Amino acid sequence: MYPIIRKEVLNPTVVKMDILAPAVAKKALPGQFIILRVDEGGERIPLTVAGYDRAAGTVTIIFQVVGATTECLRHKEAGESIQDFVGPLGTPTRIEGLRKVAIVGGGVGCAIAYPVAKALHEQGAVVHSIIGFRSRDLVILEQEFAACSDQLLRMSDDGSWGERGLVTDALRALLERGEQYDQVIAIGPLVMMKFVCALTKEFGVKTVVSMNPIMVDGTGMCGGCRLTVGGKTKFACVDGPDFDGHEVDFDEAIQRAAMYRDFERHAYEKTCNLFKQAEG
Amino acid sequence: MANMRMDKNAMPEQAPNVRNKNFKEVALGYTPEQAMDEARRCLSCKHKPCVSGCPVGVDIPAFIAEVARGDFSAAYDILSRDTSLPAICGRVCPQENQCEQKCVRGLKGQSVAIGRLERFVADWKMAQGEETAAAPVPNGHKVAVIGSGPSGLACAGDLARKGYAVTIFEALHAAGGVLVYGIPEFRLPKDIVRREIAGLEKLGVKIETNMVIGKVTSVQELMQEYGFEAVFIGTGAGLPKFMRIPGENLKGVFSANEFLTRVNLMKAYQDDSATPVMKAKRVAVVGGGNVAMDAARCAKRLGAEVTIVYRRSEKELPARAEEVEHAKEEGIVFKLLNNPVRILGDDQFNVTGMECIQMTLGEPDESGRRRPVEKPGSEFIVDVDCVIMAIGTSPNPLIKSTTDGLATESWGGIIVDEATGATSIPGVYAGGDAVTGAATVILAMGAGKTAAAAMDAYIQKKQS
Repeated sequence: MYPIIRKEVLNPTVVKMDILAPAVAKKALPGQFIILRVDEGGERIPLTVAGYDRAAGTVTIIFQVVGATTECLRHKEAGESIQDFVGPLGTPTRIEGLRKVAIVGGGVGCAIAYPVAKALHEQGAVVHSIIGFRSRDLVILEQEFAACSDQLLRMSDDGSWGERGLVTDALRALLERGEQYDQVIAIGPLVMMKFVCALTKEFGVKTVVSMNPIMVDGTGMCGGCRLTVGGKTKFACVDGPDFDGHEVDFDEAIQRAAMYRDFERHAYEKTCNLFKQAEG
Repeated sequence: MANMRMDKNAMPEQAPNVRNKNFKEVALGYTPEQAMDEARRCLSCKHKPCVSGCPVGVDIPAFIAEVARGDFSAAYDILSRDTSLPAICGRVCPQENQCEQKCVRGLKGQSVAIGRLERFVADWKMAQGEETAAAPVPNGHKVAVIGSGPSGLACAGDLARKGYAVTIFEALHAAGGVLVYGIPEFRLPKDIVRREIAGLEKLGVKIETNMVIGKVTSVQELMQEYGFEAVFIGTGAGLPKFMRIPGENLKGVFSANEFLTRVNLMKAYQDDSATPVMKAKRVAVVGGGNVAMDAARCAKRLGAEVTIVYRRSEKELPARAEEVEHAKEEGIVFKLLNNPVRILGDDQFNVTGMECIQMTLGEPDESGRRRPVEKPGSEFIVDVDCVIMAIGTSPNPLIKSTTDGLATESWGGIIVDEATGATSIPGVYAGGDAVTGAATVILAMGAGKTAAAAMDAYIQKKQS
């Protein structure tokens, strides 16, 4: 069992937790992920690490409530434990040698983009961060990004926070004004990453994306997380989760991600109803 | 006087049309009367040909003689001298290619049902309830076993009995490896696996789940920082193979590993399971091994019409004869001498069919089996909405890629000295599918036992 040391509700659907898992905390690096099961009998879900404290032995996860498993996890409180927590899995984000980088984070993807931005900042790179949310009430990690970014561009779909528009609008403006980046790192919804990559391809800027496909074991055994990258099949759990965004077949990935949509919607509704009943 | 009936005592089974709708065990096991009657078919040959067919050298005539006498406890004691997991081996060993193939009774009539008798004795023993085995005297040495599948469990069991403090590191949340994620409940009830593992824990074996060695820590760290004097690598055959034909990434195409893991480990066959599995209408399973049979029979039980597509003929099917027989009885269709060419999908990336081509058998290839050759122009489409690829696996690369100096074959298998299981690194041993590529439970167990003996010798020698 893995105790929840701290829990913080970041916005109505996004929760941050520090989980005591010293062995994982000792080795985790930005870009890697963990797999957890909330309870015995639960589903295994992958979450990219949002931070770690090696001294305290904790790993930070930030998750959006999107289905039954995350709904169950949201109802766990500090002091309680989760059943399984395994990692660090996948390969870390490669940041060696990068001197100037644009970080593009969308929604809860910002939770994964942040440790990368922070690590880049700590190695002395110039970091331009573009973070986007649907609206003001969904914003997370604004202070954290501000602290590690040389420039921070805030975007919202409805204009209730920062500039009105998409992260791609902001990135296009930076590229058009002649900013030269060693790399763009984009982490967020598949559609967002797809359009960021289409844009940076136009400008010839190498772009790395973090993929989070459906997975079961996370160790290379099931092959459920396969993607087409550069015309070849790759397993996100062992070859990724980071890939060259210009090589990823996003349309296929978007379809594959919807594989269990009906089951998931049904399970989510059932779980929500159970919690509602329990809360009377 | 031996029982000279030609045929084995039939195994009581669930009827095909009942069992193909549930996940309960197919074979129900002999009664004591059936077991004793079957045991009396054994001629107790002096030269014991059956023993030479057993990868772990169980003294088969001796245990069978005890069954014939009705002393099942004595029979169990004989079995457990050489096998740590008799309830499992009795169920999943390919006996027809091992002990039973060598049985003299098989020359004229059917061999003695050695596997069924092994299972009977192990089940009888379990039914007698708890028994407190004398805990071995600790010898003060620490060893690590990576992976809790058949090779790791066998290795850990033997070392624990010698007094070693054994820790097994398992990547998944449950111990058992392929015995829990791969082989289905109806062929090997998970309760039996759990009890066999509980037996090891009683011997003092410690099992740490959720530990992916190569990620959370390395083999070198286990030895240098954690003080394990020897390490056994039994990480199994991880990476599923695909055919590299168009359409393999469509929704509805799965590796057998994924499909079986969802069904078995994650219990997706249960209505209240948190883990989904596709409820397909028509499934094609590609491959002819035990894994293909398992996947096909699971898909059938989930309500699909199932076809096995295999590129050679019935004679070359690598699966156990009993699994093929069971699959046929359960209504699974075999399309032999056919090979997939591509998988077809719609604009939503859903599988809508699979194009196959007919094959004929040519000259024998390096495996000794006749090589399948395509019949030009014989392409046809199978109407399916799901395809399960059961064409084998490659060793998991996580250990290889994180262990400096570990010699491996070009295809990823760890290179070992066959007599000891020793790898290129002193104190590091390996066995099972991580070494051989996909093979059987019993061969993996044998490799685990071989390595356990060598690890013991290595540590004792180092000490003296």
